[in-house]
Amino acid sequence: MGTGNYAIELRELTKTFGDVVANDKVSLALERGEILSLLGENGSGKTTLMNMLSGIYFPDGGEILVDGKPVTIRSPKDAHDLGIGMIHQHFKLVDVLTAAENIILGMKGKGRLDRKAVAREVRAISEKYGFEIDPDQKIYDMSVSQKQTVEIVKVLYRGANVLILDEPTAVLTPQETEKLFDVLRSMKADGKSIIIITHKLREVMEISDKVAVLRKGQYIGTVDTADTDPQRLTEMMVGRSVSLNIERPKTEYQDLRLEVKGLNCRRDDGVKALEDVTFQAMGGEILGIAGIAGSGQKELLESIAGLHKVESGHIFYYPPRPDSDLARTGLHVPTDKAGEELVGKTPTQIHQIGVSLAFVPEDRLGMGLVADMGMVGNMMLKSYQSGKGPLVDRKAPKALAEILKDELEIATPSISTPVRRLSGGNVQKVLVGREIASSPTVLMTAYPVRGLDINSAYTIYDLLNEQKKLGAAVILVGEDLDVLLELCDRIMVLCGGRVSGVVDAAKTTKEEVGLLMTHIPTDREEADA
Amino acid sequence: MSAQHIEHKEPLLRLAKRDDIARPKAWAIRAAAILLALVTGGLIILALGHSPIEVYGSMIGGSLSKGRALRETVKKAIPLLGTALAIAPAFKMKFWNIGAEGQILAGAIAASYFALFWAERLPKTVLLVVMAAAAVIAGGLWGLIPAAFKARWGTNETLFTLMLNYIVLGFVKYLQAGPWGPDLNPNGYPKIPMFAEAALLPKALGVHIGWILVLALTVLMFVYLNYSKHGYEIAVVGESVRTAQYAGMDVPAIVRRTMFLSGGIAGLMGFLQVSGASGSLTENTAGGIGFTAITVAWLAKLDPFVMIAIAALLAVLEKGADTIQTIYTIPASAAEMLTGIILFFMLGCEFFINYRVILRGKGARK
Repeated sequence: MGTGNYAIELRELTKTFGDVVANDKVSLALERGEILSLLGENGSGKTTLMNMLSGIYFPDGGEILVDGKPVTIRSPKDAHDLGIGMIHQHFKLVDVLTAAENIILGMKGKGRLDRKAVAREVRAISEKYGFEIDPDQKIYDMSVSQKQTVEIVKVLYRGANVLILDEPTAVLTPQETEKLFDVLRSMKADGKSIIIITHKLREVMEISDKVAVLRKGQYIGTVDTADTDPQRLTEMMVGRSVSLNIERPKTEYQDLRLEVKGLNCRRDDGVKALEDVTFQAMGGEILGIAGIAGSGQKELLESIAGLHKVESGHIFYYPPRPDSDLARTGLHVPTDKAGEELVGKTPTQIHQIGVSLAFVPEDRLGMGLVADMGMVGNMMLKSYQSGKGPLVDRKAPKALAEILKDELEIATPSISTPVRRLSGGNVQKVLVGREIASSPTVLMTAYPVRGLDINSAYTIYDLLNEQKKLGAAVILVGEDLDVLLELCDRIMVLCGGRVSGVVDAAKTTKEEVGLLMTHIPTDREEADA
Repeated sequence: MSAQHIEHKEPLLRLAKRDDIARPKAWAIRAAAILLALVTGGLIILALGHSPIEVYGSMIGGSLSKGRALRETVKKAIPLLGTALAIAPAFKMKFWNIGAEGQILAGAIAASYFALFWAERLPKTVLLVVMAAAAVIAGGLWGLIPAAFKARWGTNETLFTLMLNYIVLGFVKYLQAGPWGPDLNPNGYPKIPMFAEAALLPKALGVHIGWILVLALTVLMFVYLNYSKHGYEIAVVGESVRTAQYAGMDVPAIVRRTMFLSGGIAGLMGFLQVSGASGSLTENTAGGIGFTAITVAWLAKLDPFVMIAIAALLAVLEKGADTIQTIYTIPASAAEMLTGIILFFMLGCEFFINYRVILRGKGARK
């Protein structure tokens, strides 16, 4: 087989950032009419590699061949001209324009804009591949999955033969993912080549013909999907064998810890974020919260932590029983039996009561950690006020940092190295570790394994289970439904800021949860079920 | 195929951020920058028809030789260091206070009020303490205004602090021309009269005791920024307001408190200027110190102890520039150019400490 058969061929591409080698002589080949999964843990260099292909970065070494010819890609426009289109994780669309307008945006054309012709062509592409898209719909009226469709059509409209999708399913429900995969299959049948970046093994197995694996910037190998399985792929990714089972330990007792009643709040821009949210969280259980990104998860956790203004409703806190392990730590302010209202308290007061929040934002550092400080400085973020006098006490946080570093195996040159320089997994261990160290009675955490390598993710799951066994009420907002189903005791599903259902994680299915994510059952439906 | 028109060529120059640079290498770059600055400056001196070595020699002699020259240099360094210290907490909080100039003047006005109208009624020590306190409060309030607006309405502090400079400078001119000038001055000049002896700072080793004060302030500021709870809060707010809120900090209160402190110290420098350096209030009391101090603070990376060295260096340059003006009749603007060149190279070299420039074909190193 000659090189001319490859749609794309990468030869020994190298890219360094400072002293970090993001891609070390990575070679890769993609045939026409093929779906290739690019698999690798965070920081393995997947996105860097694709960014070189789509003209965002320029390689330090190596070459790129398109249809067998060496090319230079200096800008996204060069990539377009070569028929390479990338669909990024974060959409690049103009909200106030229509789908069709976004699709032609930035393209060179004749003086006059023929909207009808554009709409016609958009419809033709949609029909060909099975998209559902209305060219005249405005972006702000669209769901996340519709916006993604616009991005894909945009790339196709510009004549792309090679499509790169960066974690396209992260924002989709299981049903929407299925639809996307159908579209990808029909594009493949049409001779398009597709590279899909993902770390969800099940999807890799389902959609791709071949899997290319990267590890720490190195190219490990390419295998036919038919010849492999998740276990083997994980080993290629991690470099050694790992167990893929998540534990769900049973706890002896569960007592009511947190009760949210009729909670309403608005986002900063005035849009309603939570509507009449009511639920209970028990000590000794993990309550999962599922929902499409932006369904009110963040506002809910922040409201409980006192960081978000509550419009109306109540949040009651019930302390652990006096004979429980948690109560014995003696760290928590005793309250009367009726439950203590948290609405109206300051974040510091709520934290002192024992309600702790570890929120891992998209950029992982913007909130909860101070990037320029070392572990010590970050340990004292919530406790720096505790010592007497005007000076801060660094001894206690220093000791805590040392303990966490050893126990969680945090890889850092020293506990005073700025956390900005640590890898994502270690940053998250610092954050989650700090919250757990305050021995909370309610531990809320959002996306704690976001972007983590498999090993670190399992360490975090273990930490959460440990807190659950101690009797803490763990509230976990997660992205990966498979994980939620295995780890949690109950799952509450949010849909557009409302609770669409609370299900028993051991008995429910991914499909049921997926349905609840987009649809709030009416009373009758519930009665039928 | 459309690929044909794209040549196989990489960009001529590329920049790569350095992750970490070895200390000796960073200092080598800085040394090279100063050397280059001296060479460039030397060319200008040559063009003016003088010998660079002689001119540089007299700059150093004129600012560092024992006695009067050295005392004058120290006198210039005191407010520079003090104002850089004042700016440090605000900058660490990423609150771009470029209003130190106005805060100095506000403090100077308040101190001058007591110097002009209370000198006879108070004992010397009490008078000086009252002047200092008034200067701190006035400077602090002048710093508090933009902070309060920023905390409440999110106004832009850079523009706000800059504009406040001109208001207070205008007020000084008004005082000079009216109520504190001809009305107080026996000969009717539009000038604020010299302070009475009681309102002047005592001297130590030939220079007003402000130098002891700013050195003490340096230590205090170092401890405040690095070891105090306030300093910790400032660092967190500067890094990320979201994180500060998440930690339960009252961000607006921290911003206001820090700006009061920043303005207060700047105001104190105003007191040192009128009571120590010049003995009266003029429109040149601040004289650009508030802006030069930004350079000092920035070059020192907000480290109080490094600020001592930078402030000294700038004072030497300034005093040296004065000297060569008189000796060689080099125009003031040319002398200032020399100072400017040195600063430009020093600030510019930080870029090369942070970034690596890669030439075409040199990319795949090692």
